[in-house]
Amino acid sequence: MNEVPPPAKLLPWAPERNGEAVEPPPAPRRDPGLLAGLLLALRLAWRQLRADRARLATAIAGVMFACLLVFMQLGFRGALFDSATNLFRAMRADLFLMHPLTEASFRAEAIPRARAWQALADAEVDRAVPVYLAQVTLRNPETGSRRAVQLIGLDADAGAVDFPGLADVAAALRRPDTFAFDRLSRPEFGPVATMFARDGPFAIQLGTREMELVGLVEVGPSFGADGNVVLSEQNFRRVFSRQAANADLVALKLRPGADVAATQARLAALLPGDVLVLTHAEMVARERLYWETGTPIGFIFLFGSVMGLVVGMVIVYQILFADIAGHLSEYATLKAMGYSNGYLARVVLGAAVILAVVGFIPGFVLSTLLYGYVAGATFLPLEMYTERAVGVFLLIFGMCFAAGLLAMRKLRDANPADMF
Amino acid sequence: MDAAPVELSPVELRGVNFAYGEGELRRQVLREVDLRIGPGEIVILTGPSGSGKTTLLTLIGALRAMQEGEARVLGESLLGASEGQRVRLRRRIGFIFQNHNLLGFLTARQNVAMSLELDGRHSEAQRLARAGQMLGAVGLSDHLEKQPAQLSGGQRQRVAIARALAGDPGLILADEPTAALDKQTGQEVVRLLRDLAKGRGVPILLVTHDPRILDLADRIVDMEDGRMVQADKASA
Ligand SMILES: Nc1ncnc2c1ncn2[C@@H]1O[C@H](COP(=O)(O)OP(=O)(O)OP(=O)(O)O)[C@@H](O)[C@H]1O
Ligand SMILES: [Mg+2]
Repeated sequence: MNEVPPPAKLLPWAPERNGEAVEPPPAPRRDPGLLAGLLLALRLAWRQLRADRARLATAIAGVMFACLLVFMQLGFRGALFDSATNLFRAMRADLFLMHPLTEASFRAEAIPRARAWQALADAEVDRAVPVYLAQVTLRNPETGSRRAVQLIGLDADAGAVDFPGLADVAAALRRPDTFAFDRLSRPEFGPVATMFARDGPFAIQLGTREMELVGLVEVGPSFGADGNVVLSEQNFRRVFSRQAANADLVALKLRPGADVAATQARLAALLPGDVLVLTHAEMVARERLYWETGTPIGFIFLFGSVMGLVVGMVIVYQILFADIAGHLSEYATLKAMGYSNGYLARVVLGAAVILAVVGFIPGFVLSTLLYGYVAGATFLPLEMYTERAVGVFLLIFGMCFAAGLLAMRKLRDANPADMF
Repeated sequence: MDAAPVELSPVELRGVNFAYGEGELRRQVLREVDLRIGPGEIVILTGPSGSGKTTLLTLIGALRAMQEGEARVLGESLLGASEGQRVRLRRRIGFIFQNHNLLGFLTARQNVAMSLELDGRHSEAQRLARAGQMLGAVGLSDHLEKQPAQLSGGQRQRVAIARALAGDPGLILADEPTAALDKQTGQEVVRLLRDLAKGRGVPILLVTHDPRILDLADRIVDMEDGRMVQADKASA
C-alpha cells in the first residue's frame, strides 16, 4: 500500500517548479539581490563575531593596536618633518634667494650679499634683507651648561622678514650685544623665557660673548637646532665672525600688489646661476624634501607603520582563522544547505571589514588623545589631519581585508560531503 | 492544471557506480545502483556498516560529484553537473544530519530562517514568521529565541527538522538522524519528520540502523556491499 494522498498544492518536483512546464511558475525561487545578499552575509559575520566576546575583544584590541602604531608613526614622521622646517616656516617674506646647493637650513651654502642689492634693480622689489645663519652655544642661565643654538642674523628694522614677535623687539635689537630668544626652544636651554618675563632683560653667554636678552620671538625647534636666537647683522658678526660679503639667504619684500610669480620669473632671469629664487612655500617644501628623501628618517617611520600593519594582520588572521576552524561543521552545513563558497567567503571578509571599522574607531580616538599628550610632552606639532585619518583607515581596512583573504582559504576544509 | 506525470520521480538513479581513490587505492563503493523514489514516498535505506549508504546519500544530495550512471534528482541531471548547478540543487533539498549542526551563535528561529535567506522571494519579516511557524509545527513555539546550547538533544534535532523543511524542499535526505538521541526521543523525532513530510507531500530518503523506526517507511531498501537489495515492506 504505497498510495500517497493527493497533495493539495503543487508538488515540489512538478514540472512547473523545475522549469520544464510551459507555463512559468508564479514566483520562482530566486537569489536575493546583490545588496541584500551582502547585507545578510555581513549580518551573519557580525552575529558570529558577537557570539564570542573575548575573541572579539582580542581582535578589536589587535586592530586598535595596529591603528595606534600607524597613527603614531605617521604622526611623528609628519611632526618631525614639520618641525624640521620650523626655521624656514617661521621666516616670512615674499621671495627668497638661496644657493642651489643649500639643502637644509642648518647648513646653508653662502651666496654673495651683492645678490640682495642686484635684486633691488627690479621695480617690484621693495626691500632686500640678507639673512645670516650659524650655530653657536648658549649657556643655560640656571645650570650653566651650554647647548647649540641657531643664530639668525638679519636687519629686523627693514621689515622684510617677519617672525611672530619680531616687530616688538626690532628697536631693542639695534643696540649692540643684544638678542631675542625663541620662546618655543626646547626646555634644555633653561627657563629663559620665564626669567625674561619675570625680571626683564638679563645677560646670557652666547658663543664666547656676554649678550643681553632683550625680547622673545616664536620660531620653534627644528631638526638642526633645539632653539633659535635672532639678532641684528652687526651683533651676529660679533658673536660669529665670517666673511662679510657672504650671506646665507636673502629675503625680499615686494611692493604692495606686486605679482609674486612674475617677479620671481624676472629675478630668476636677471640673477646669475648661483642663486635660486623661491617663494616661501617652495623654500619650506625644499627643506622638507631633504629630510624626507635625504635621510633614513622617512624609511624608519615607514618601517614602523608596516610592522604595525603586519602585527595587526596576523592578529586578525588568527581570529578569523580560529573562527572558521572552530565552526567547520557549521560552515559545511551551510554549504549543504546551498550556500555557495562565494557567499561564505563574503561572510569571512565581512567579519574582517567589521573588525576594521570596530577597531579603527577606538584606535582613532585613542590616537587623537595621545597626539595631544605627546605634543605637550615633546613640543612636536602632532595633529590629527583628516587626510591622515582617512589614509590610516584605508590602510587598516586593507590590512583586515588581506587577513580575511588569507583566512578564507580555510573554508575549503568545510566539505559538506563529510557531514553525513 | 494537469497532474504531474507519474514517471517524474523526485529521485531516479540508474546504474550508478562510485569509487573512492585513484589507481591502486581505488575502491568501488557503489555498484550499479538503481533507485527510484516516488512523489511523497518515504524510503528507508538500511544495510551493514560500510555498505555505501552515506555515499549514496551524498551523491543524491549533490554534495559529491557523480562519476558514472544516470541520476535525476528533482528534475536535474547530476552526471556532469557543475559545482554551481549542484549548489543550486542543494537549496531545494532538506538535509538532516546525525548531528544537528545548528549554528551555535544563532537562536532556533534564526537558524531556521537561514535556510530561507538564499531565496530572494522572502522578506526578513516573512522569513522569521515562517521560521516561527515551522518551529511551531515541530512543537518548539516556546523556544523560538533560545540558542542551541539551551535546548535538549531532541529539541535541537527538531530545530534541524524545521530548518530542513522551512525552505519548501522537494526532497528530504536524512542520515541516521536518531543516532545521537535516546531511543524514545529518536522515535518521536522521526515520527514528527514523517508526519510533517507526509502532510506536505515531500519524499524522504532516510538511512538508519534503528529497527524500531522501520515501520514508518513506505518502502525499505537494503544495501549490501554497494548493491541494492530491494525488499518490500509488506513482504519483509
Ligand atoms: N571520503 C572517503 N574516502 C575514502 N573512502 C571512503 C570515504 N568515505 C567512505 N569511504 C569508504 O567507503 C565505504 C562506504 O562508506 P559509507 O560511509 O558510504 O558507508 P555506510 O553504509 O554509510 O556505513 P555506516 O553504516 O557505517 O555509516 C566504506 O568502506 C568507507 O570506508
Ligand atoms: Mg553512513
